[in-house]
Amino acid sequence: MKKFDYLKPKTLEETLTLLNKYGEKAKLIAGGTDVIVMIKQKKMSPEVLISLQDVPGLDRIEFNESLKIGPMVTHRTIEKSKIIRRQFSALSDAVDVLGSVQIRNVATIGGNICTAAPSADTASPLLALEAHVRLKSLREERTLPLDQFFTGPGETALERDEILTEILIPKPLPHTGSAYWKHQRRQALDLPILGVAVLLSLDKSTVTCSDILCTASPISTILHSLEGDEVVCKEVRIALGVAAPTPMRATKAENLLRGKKISDELLEEVAEMAAKESQPRDTIRGEAWYRRDMIRVLVKRVAMRCIERVLRPEEMIFPTRLW
Amino acid sequence: MKKNISFILNGELTEVEIEPHLTLLQVLRDKLEMMGTKEGCGMGECGACTVLINGKAINSCILPAMEVDGKSVTTIEGLIDIHGNLHPIQKAFIEYGAIQCGFCTPGMVLSAKALLDEKPNPSEEEIRDSIAGNLCRCTGYLQIIQAIKAASGLL
Repeated sequence: MKKFDYLKPKTLEETLTLLNKYGEKAKLIAGGTDVIVMIKQKKMSPEVLISLQDVPGLDRIEFNESLKIGPMVTHRTIEKSKIIRRQFSALSDAVDVLGSVQIRNVATIGGNICTAAPSADTASPLLALEAHVRLKSLREERTLPLDQFFTGPGETALERDEILTEILIPKPLPHTGSAYWKHQRRQALDLPILGVAVLLSLDKSTVTCSDILCTASPISTILHSLEGDEVVCKEVRIALGVAAPTPMRATKAENLLRGKKISDELLEEVAEMAAKESQPRDTIRGEAWYRRDMIRVLVKRVAMRCIERVLRPEEMIFPTRLW
Repeated sequence: MKKNISFILNGELTEVEIEPHLTLLQVLRDKLEMMGTKEGCGMGECGACTVLINGKAINSCILPAMEVDGKSVTTIEGLIDIHGNLHPIQKAFIEYGAIQCGFCTPGMVLSAKALLDEKPNPSEEEIRDSIAGNLCRCTGYLQIIQAIKAASGLL
């Protein structure tokens, strides 16, 4: 491996000063599960790594009016957070299936976002949860919606002298469920062929026919029995990973559903629209046509899982099936 | 531009002068001659290099050694007790034939230890999840899972 110096600043101020001093020669390192691998693969060759490990205050989860996640929070910590599992379930779904225990013990959410792989597992849940990111440099501090943060494969809106200091997620509306599905070949240690995250807020948390959700009935049967209850979608966000050069929101699909009564036919249309507005490409893990087909299937199913989480929050915190 | 790091290695304070680009695995094997920790893929995929840092399983092949300064590291050499007895997980691996070529074994045992220290009575699903990052090319997973189950009853 190419040689580099390794600096461990003790404050954010010191980190920003070092980043200014070394500029292009330096690379920030969080858990290092991407950075060290990329150096070994000769995809980058920084002269200096600046570690964020000893900078205080970056590894906290706080929940008041909104959820604040420090960039140095590991995936393992998120996996074990009960608040996140209950109220921001899509993010729990993502970290459950990211890498291995060894990776999750080290890899951080900030690192996952800043590496900005189109396949980043936490990216689409965070988009669906409408996360914002706080960026800081010696010049200024600014907050960006996450969808403006991703600018290309492996590229972000971060300037050379900036650090991601916080991920902010607004408190969801009442009766909200969110879910993420990683479509992959193996059950562990794989990258997604496709990642689908959905957040749904309903106008009610009870329906007369909720028992049907526990059956093995086809998804359309379940939806038909919900229709008598006039369940209206108050808010919806659909985010896709590996479906475009960056993790993306399917806003046209969202607009079809927002404010409407949920029905089988409408969810079909929504999923169809999400497939249409995606821009997948052919890769080693899957071809574009296949990804589009799977978007059509999975958007609807992940939406169903959100509904299930609203209606059965206790029983279905850890669902294992996707119908 | 060498740097000094000090950490607790298998219960003993260890100080070592290193080049700052080295991984923990390189320091363990090449500087400290602790050969129990193996290098498989070198990319954080196979888990042969698994060690425990402050009790948590990590891949030492992609961890900068500079990050263990002030921390506690446990390798497979640290599992033996002061009388030279094997750890119950190691005994269970032997009893259940959970070792074939042996290359993945140190990592498997340490992943199992991290799990059992946190959760003394794990479900089979939790056992499987805990070793999902440890590849066994001999494919003897069933015996490994049985051994971890057996060890969970003993600890």
